[in-house]
Amino acid sequence: MKLREIAHSRTGDKGNISNISLIAFKEEDYELLKDKVTEDIVKEWFKDIVQGEVVRYELPTLNAFNFVMYGALGGGVTKSLAQDMHGKSLSSKLLDLEI
Amino acid sequence: MKSIKIGSGAGYSDDRLEPALDIIRDGDVDYIVFECLAERTIAIAQQRKMKDSKQGYDSLLEYRMAQVLPLCVENNVKIVTNMGAANPKAAAEMVKQIAEKQGLHHLKIAAVTGDDVFPKIERYQNETLLENGKQIKELGSSIVSANAYIGAAGIVQALKAGADIVITGRAADPSLFLGPMMYEFGWSFENAELLGKGTIGGHLMECGAQITGGYFADPGYKEVPELWNVGFPIMEVTENGEYHITKLANAGGLVSLATVKEQLLYEIHDPANYLTPDVIADFSSVQVEEVAKDVVKVFGGSGKLKTGLLKTSIGYKDGYIAEAEISYGGAGSVERAKLAKTIMQKRLAAQDIEPIEIRYDFIGLNSLYANETFDMQEAPETRLRIAARTEDEAVANAIVREAMSLYTNGPAGGGGIRSNIKEIVSIGSILIPEPDTDINVSYWEV
Repeated sequence: MKLREIAHSRTGDKGNISNISLIAFKEEDYELLKDKVTEDIVKEWFKDIVQGEVVRYELPTLNAFNFVMYGALGGGVTKSLAQDMHGKSLSSKLLDLEI
Repeated sequence: MKSIKIGSGAGYSDDRLEPALDIIRDGDVDYIVFECLAERTIAIAQQRKMKDSKQGYDSLLEYRMAQVLPLCVENNVKIVTNMGAANPKAAAEMVKQIAEKQGLHHLKIAAVTGDDVFPKIERYQNETLLENGKQIKELGSSIVSANAYIGAAGIVQALKAGADIVITGRAADPSLFLGPMMYEFGWSFENAELLGKGTIGGHLMECGAQITGGYFADPGYKEVPELWNVGFPIMEVTENGEYHITKLANAGGLVSLATVKEQLLYEIHDPANYLTPDVIADFSSVQVEEVAKDVVKVFGGSGKLKTGLLKTSIGYKDGYIAEAEISYGGAGSVERAKLAKTIMQKRLAAQDIEPIEIRYDFIGLNSLYANETFDMQEAPETRLRIAARTEDEAVANAIVREAMSLYTNGPAGGGGIRSNIKEIVSIGSILIPEPDTDINVSYWEV
């Protein structure tokens, strides 16, 4: 199944860093996400976009994760040549991940 | 236990106004906060101020205040906003004029200054930008602005002096909400736990409808009722730092665990160490509970004492971006768009037009995720986008001219060319000691 079936997500930006949340709809899916959506998997999924490392923060009280992706926005919002210079659409791409 | 209600009036500079007016009229709020400043906005505002010393505040200030002021007076609601941008004093003067024109009385308007450290830029010549390691002195005369993120102190000072309207420049977004809490509840800068909780509350509120169902709807998965009429959030905060997030009952949208969590994690990076000028907020222990329809209680969360260093945004001119697009339709549209790309590449190469960076997207196929290897052979329509970054405006112009010529010198049936060239104002950051900002509050009365 795709992540979209069990989780939701939002992207934010700061400079050249993208910040993507991943939040389980149901508490019982938190462990599955923890197991399946690792830093390495996310880095691989965004390999055409993310130049730097991917760091995952865990928020068990919220059944959520926060992924911080470095070098993800084409040099930063102000000079990026991307059509979506903020990378706002990256959350939808994450939810397309098959687990 | 004492509590106050704070409404959000705007989550960014171009935000809608109607939901703010609804909250002032019907929300029974004590404060309304308009957060209107993005990283880059202040650098652009600074350039306006350089051209005209009476400018440099938010360009929608007059539009907003003309409608907001009489309602706030009628309903006894105080205003806190960073619409001062690069020129809070000129903004306060403008608000005074609007109030006078409307025959309003007994209003005290405060302008908080001190965030603008551009006049002290010499001090920072050896500092390097955190983002790319460039030295300030390398940037030289391309620098157009230097604004430190200041905290809630100036806002608290203004409210203590009886201000009804507090206008700041580059105050940190959550500080606009923390200021009223600190003033009303007498929270001190030593109480990191309460400042942390208040900052988290400010963070939840600062993006307007992003917590009330805006930026959330995904039909079939995440439904949002009456999104067209989405309301802005209202928080009722008590002096122990707990709060409820809600919206007007007759506004569209929703406040749920899911909307609150999405906004909670929005742009925070390390949840345990969210740095603001006021405190290091710790989001990692926050809990949320739905206590009624569209009412979410937020509790937990904490903080550590502030670092004493202020993130300071340096705005500098950084070349140009040229963009152009052209559409192809019907059978073979993908192939014709690809041919147009090849033509562009060859023509630019033949004339030695060399941008710093250039990118070609096929909109609808690969423009968002940069996947070079897309395998769609056919699409009902294909729009080629060319985007280039250049040092000189002349090179940007040459690229756009070549794109425009794709009408008669390119593949069949190309249509709808749009192009633009913009000057880049990049933002980099340095950290400066807090005392470098001389926080000062000035007042106007009508």
